[in-house]
Amino acid sequence: MSENIRTAERIELLAAETSEGAQELKRRENTGSEELGRELGSVLRLDGLTLDPNSIDFERRDDETMIINMGPSHPSTHGVLRLMLELDGEYVLRTKPVVGYLHTGMEKTGESLSYVQGGTNVTRMDYLSPVINELAYSMAVETLLNIEVPERAVWIRMMMSELNRISSHLVWMSTNGMDLGSTSMMIYGLRERELILAFFEKTAGLRMNLNYVRPGGVAADLPDGWQDDVEVICDTIYARTFEYDQLLTGQPIFRQRMIGVAPITAEEALALGVTGPLLRSTGVAWDLRRSMPYLAYDKIDFDVIVGTYGDNFDRYAIRLNEIRESIRIVRQCIEMMPRGDYKSQDAKVTPPPRARINESMEALIHHFKLFTEGFHVPAGEVYTAVESPRGELGCYIVADGGPKPYRIHVRAPSFVNVQAIPLLMRGGTISDAITVISTVDPVMGEVDR
Amino acid sequence: MITLSPSAPADVVTSEGNGVDLVCFATPSQYFALIESFKNDGFEMCADLCGVDYLEHANRVLPEGIVATRFEVVVNLLSLSKKQRVRVRVQAGSDRAEVDSLFSLYPGTEAMEREAFDFFGILFTNHPELTRILMPEDWEGHPLRKDYGIGKVPVQFKDAPGPR
Repeated sequence: MSENIRTAERIELLAAETSEGAQELKRRENTGSEELGRELGSVLRLDGLTLDPNSIDFERRDDETMIINMGPSHPSTHGVLRLMLELDGEYVLRTKPVVGYLHTGMEKTGESLSYVQGGTNVTRMDYLSPVINELAYSMAVETLLNIEVPERAVWIRMMMSELNRISSHLVWMSTNGMDLGSTSMMIYGLRERELILAFFEKTAGLRMNLNYVRPGGVAADLPDGWQDDVEVICDTIYARTFEYDQLLTGQPIFRQRMIGVAPITAEEALALGVTGPLLRSTGVAWDLRRSMPYLAYDKIDFDVIVGTYGDNFDRYAIRLNEIRESIRIVRQCIEMMPRGDYKSQDAKVTPPPRARINESMEALIHHFKLFTEGFHVPAGEVYTAVESPRGELGCYIVADGGPKPYRIHVRAPSFVNVQAIPLLMRGGTISDAITVISTVDPVMGEVDR
Repeated sequence: MITLSPSAPADVVTSEGNGVDLVCFATPSQYFALIESFKNDGFEMCADLCGVDYLEHANRVLPEGIVATRFEVVVNLLSLSKKQRVRVRVQAGSDRAEVDSLFSLYPGTEAMEREAFDFFGILFTNHPELTRILMPEDWEGHPLRKDYGIGKVPVQFKDAPGPR
């Protein structure tokens, strides 16, 4: 036998090199009955939710089933999500998500960045909704500093985060369309998103990872003529949501693959800590913008979109209608945008304007201190939560009085939502598995941080 | 500020906190019973669970009667019906940090507890499967501990011959 031919030992070696050990899904012969029951019923062991023992097929042997890997680099896993699926023919028996392939230690990095620099770090977590990440972080820092944000900054933040929500949902519409075979949706969704990213570039200088929302306010005022730009965005996208309706909502193949597929109940969703469109699809009207208003969401008029069945189609319909609701919010922001400062005038927190540095010694000192040492934040701890396109995005900061956070933890909605995947996939076919990953909408940058 | 339910363990110290309606300080022995009382009191969701390593702040300010330990487990509970948030801070231990797992109350903490174990080495009793989640399985050390050198440890690659 030639040296080049892969022998069984070499294949084992290859498997060992890429193994994640105990994090992986074990074969049936190595899985205890309790563990098997838990995996089959997802992780649910609550009263009233216990799995019917008759539906667990303990007798099934390994040679009847097969464990395969989906990912970490699979086009439909939206990044580097790895799912280990136990299959019986076409049907999924067990699933286990293995995460961590995009882990870059961002929470650890955050501890060595000053509060001024911190925004650049958190904005890269959920890379589809950078503004909302920065918002959660900035609100946490502002609570610790106990500073007021000017009215205009609040409204700018709100408008930008709603635009960001639209662009994030548009990416979801695109990738979801792509996963279901509608490549036209992919192109249309990204085309519309580009309108919003162009506006971000005009305002903040960058298309993504803006670092636009900063502790104390926002980085720059809205550009001249922003009302026209935003109105064009609103009108265009609003009209096009009805084209998506024509393209997808009534499409028989699309409906067959979405309606009634992978349902989840409200009890299961709450027990798993699932938030966002996934939770709202089960009929729980929980949206932090409405339930625990932050910014000025209590002053504007919008609807919380709620589903009934918790299936794929509900999650699709919720996201499509949330685009329309966000447009409604953005339009109100245009009308009600107050005048005034766009950042706090507290010189210890916000850098002085460039012109002031030339004429004022104090401004020069402030500028120098801010960008070398950064500002000091009083000792304390805080948890702030905002509604990201994927659910509750929380930021927990422990401050020790120094210029850097002692500990920064981000409660990533995708990280928690991924736990619902085994439950949603169970008993479905492998083609439904694709739609499940898609409608759960995990952003791996946020899962792995 | 909200009050503890009668079923909560006695002498749990409470205080006000940023971003929540109540902060509770619990010892590992009170921890599970306290969370259970909150769950029965309408806190349907465990929003967040994370660890903190207070290595450099052994003498931090805590309410009277609380013995500070190196590791803390911080749990943020959420009540959808009452629109309230509660934070529970557990002094988990110094040399060996171990607390009960919340898995049987909130199955959604499964991944969060694995993350706290992975990053801090905090152990969770009765957790169904306490393995690493974000770091590779053969990683040495718990990277978010404060004594885990940053920039001093060579980057670990899988199965690469390292200095150790």
